[in-house]
Amino acid sequence: MTNEVTLHSFLGSPFSCRVKIALNLKGIKYEVIEENLSEKGPELLKYNPVYKKIPVLVHDGNPVSESLVIVEYVNDAWGQVPLLPQDAYGKAQVRFWAKFVDDKCIPALLKVVRSHGEEQAVAEAHEQLQFLENELKGNKFFGGDNINLVDIAASYISFWLGAAEEAVGIKVLNKDKFPKLTEWCDNYINCQAVKDCLPTRDATIGIYKMRFGKT
Amino acid sequence: MAKEEAEELILLDFWASMYGMRVRIALAEKGIPYEYREEDLRNKTQLLLSMNPVYKRIPVLIHNGKPICESSIIVEYIDQVWNHKSPLFPPSGDAYARARARFWADFIDNKLYQTGRKLYTTKGEEHEASRNEFIECLKLLQGELGDKPYFGGESFGYLDVSLIPFYSWFQAYETYGSIDFEHECPELIAWAKRCIREKESVSNTLPDLPKVFAFVQHLRKRFGIDE
Repeated sequence: MTNEVTLHSFLGSPFSCRVKIALNLKGIKYEVIEENLSEKGPELLKYNPVYKKIPVLVHDGNPVSESLVIVEYVNDAWGQVPLLPQDAYGKAQVRFWAKFVDDKCIPALLKVVRSHGEEQAVAEAHEQLQFLENELKGNKFFGGDNINLVDIAASYISFWLGAAEEAVGIKVLNKDKFPKLTEWCDNYINCQAVKDCLPTRDATIGIYKMRFGKT
Repeated sequence: MAKEEAEELILLDFWASMYGMRVRIALAEKGIPYEYREEDLRNKTQLLLSMNPVYKRIPVLIHNGKPICESSIIVEYIDQVWNHKSPLFPPSGDAYARARARFWADFIDNKLYQTGRKLYTTKGEEHEASRNEFIECLKLLQGELGDKPYFGGESFGYLDVSLIPFYSWFQAYETYGSIDFEHECPELIAWAKRCIREKESVSNTLPDLPKVFAFVQHLRKRFGIDE
């Protein structure tokens, strides 16, 4: 086992960053291969034939796809800095909230961005954000004092959401409505493991203006 | 905690739910006694709504008063708590096998259910597209099975538990999807029949295919879809 770790990635993709954050937290060295999404490389297609998407982690020749599956893999393969608690119930709770972010929260937020802040979309997004606001329970992170799988799953909210809001001229993560979540964003993006993989804000706003801007 | 303290296990479920069946099969594999409570999905109990306020849906496993939601998470929980018998997940030393199991379970959740639903709720072009997608999903899963007896290898595992409940819906999928499964994915059909034949947890849990078919017929009437 040579412990060769490669990550097929795309620029500042929040899903790639989930994996980078997990690897950074555990102090694992890895090589990033930038993929051209309009002309996907043969290796990417070989390693992820089902979805043909990034991120894909390749560890000693073994490919793993789907960002949250990859993060759990990283947690299983490297024991230092655990991203989930040891007890079964704690694990189930963490997995539940990480899945919630993926299945409900982020899609609801994307709907707000794409609709440029349509009222019903905002109301639905607020409903999901409220669950997260409550789940922080006055802690610095969803993992308490340390980052866990839920924090990593919610990475999009900490940085990319703000850029999208600015790009289309809307506000969905209101500070007065979601003070704990707002504070979490600041704490999270200031962690070295996270900071080291964030794209530049201006570039991200630029990309979002093109992708979601008013035509 | 007293050694003799009784474990209280309640499963809030619905008989035809593939997701509920996963949990029932996992509990049966481990030989764990529990109380089954059938939910009327058009009149959900306060207990269900309070135990799963985020999704308000079954299955929910309540273990000594604490809820665990989402079938794949429940199955992993059961496997970890009752790890003395019939391990379902690959061992913790095999991170890659665990990742593969999680990947394919996630694939089943994201692709199979929604596409399958379109087989009996849509018409025309959308129906044709969903039919092709469904067959492709099953062929991909068949590829993952390969020539192993089970997805878990020699023994019935997490991915087998995740997929086998869908077999109980196959008569409905075949009829409304106009699909001949024996022709399209014979190895997968062979795997499903093997699970039923060799695993009591499966044969005791899966409802009869005609019973599920009748339920889907009833759903179509309720949705106002012409026969």
